Amino acid sequence: MHYAPRLNLNIMSTGNMNLTLKVWRQKNNKTKGALVDYQLADISPDMSFLEMFDVLNEQLINKGEEPVVFDHDCREGICGMCSMFINGRPHGPKDLVTTCQLHMRSFKDGDTIVVEPWRAAAFPVVKDLTVDRSAFDRVIAAGGFISVNTGNAQDANNLPIPKMHADAAFEAAACIGCGACVATCKNASAMLFVSAKISQLALLPQGQPERYRRVQSMVAQMDAEGFGNCTNTGACEAECPKGISLENIARMNRDFASAKFLSEETI
Amino acid sequence: MSGFGNALSSSIGRKYVMGITGIFLILFLIVHAGINSLIFLDDNGLKFNIGAHFMATNWIIRAGEYILFLGLLVHIYQAVNLTIQNRKARPEGYAAYNGNANSKWYSRSMGLLGTLLLIFLVIHLKDFWVVSRFTGIPTVDANGNEDLYAVMREKFQDPVRVVAYVLLMISLCYHLLHGFASAFQTMGWNHSKYNGLIKSVSVWYAIIISIVFALMPIAVYTHLIN
Repeated sequence: MHYAPRLNLNIMSTGNMNLTLKVWRQKNNKTKGALVDYQLADISPDMSFLEMFDVLNEQLINKGEEPVVFDHDCREGICGMCSMFINGRPHGPKDLVTTCQLHMRSFKDGDTIVVEPWRAAAFPVVKDLTVDRSAFDRVIAAGGFISVNTGNAQDANNLPIPKMHADAAFEAAACIGCGACVATCKNASAMLFVSAKISQLALLPQGQPERYRRVQSMVAQMDAEGFGNCTNTGACEAECPKGISLENIARMNRDFASAKFLSEETI
Repeated sequence: MSGFGNALSSSIGRKYVMGITGIFLILFLIVHAGINSLIFLDDNGLKFNIGAHFMATNWIIRAGEYILFLGLLVHIYQAVNLTIQNRKARPEGYAAYNGNANSKWYSRSMGLLGTLLLIFLVIHLKDFWVVSRFTGIPTVDANGNEDLYAVMREKFQDPVRVVAYVLLMISLCYHLLHGFASAFQTMGWNHSKYNGLIKSVSVWYAIIISIVFALMPIAVYTHLIN
């Protein structure tokens, strides 16, 4: 099939949008924040949401005001840094995308867009739209690894792994740790994230020796961080930019029961 | 803390408690709806009174009643406990929150639905259980059994009570609609070959149980049964 090259030489004037942004501004974790209104004119529908924020920040800098602080890194939808709760949904209105992959064509001219940080006790606001997600790092440090002496990689066929397990482990490993699951959950529960990190190892032979110690340690750390409890609403799965499945939570619950009630290994 | 105590005080352990007590209450509702459905035989409550008499006198059932109340109290206690924890997990709410975009309203409202059911339960126990166990059923039927059916007929002459019962059965339906499948997910009983079955059984269970219960006050009030 032949694709014609897309030419849009008149990008700054055709179909551009005027928007009202209501952005959460908060100096730091000690002070109270509030939504502040900003007007943006001539926004191209081909911009990403973060590029639109770059335009806003340039305006603010030119006016001598402080720019809006927000997290971002790869801008390719794979690093999990960008957050932003947009019009009541993490990463905005589109399914299976991060904020950097959300484009302004998903909005209409004249729209008002409310942008807030992830809200959870375990994710304290650092400034404006940036939150501290190091609680996730501590959960991983509690057991989201396998202890092996590294050396030369062994032959790939030494460890036969059923295709369906390999696929399920890969799908769990697609989690980028962005925290959208926590942000959207009405209880600010981190079960989808933690279960994905447990599942990606529990499904593979390399993860077996520490399987039951891992689930106990990581769940204990998750609880210690102050995340809420899962009530199976399924919001996390629906909002996850990587489509992590609720099956992982069931697997974690199953492993946790085995670890606590059947395994002799305690933490 | 011991292994078991440690397990049950964790977030997942508390959810197991909710799931197990929930499944227990789900099973109880089947027995309750089954025996109450005997009124639809339209035999002036004779079979229903036999069933009620058996439930009130059989020692296994009576022992089960204590376990049932215990299960209910644990379910309520743990629900309150989890709700308080969940509130603490998000001290500052969102200015804009579009829950309907990603989840069903009733899955997010289990606390509200459960509270309505608790209010119903207080009324319901006062209407029938207290009469049956403590204050005494005043009349006997043609078989000489205590006529609990007569008590039911008398209570369901009150249109306000009938409407309240029916509305609260709608709460029950939504509570079960989420609770049934949710209990399986919590217990980790998730399997690609059975997930569809669990989902459809949970929907049919919630609808049938609620309709059967709601039909009782309607049928008595409208004299569909005598």
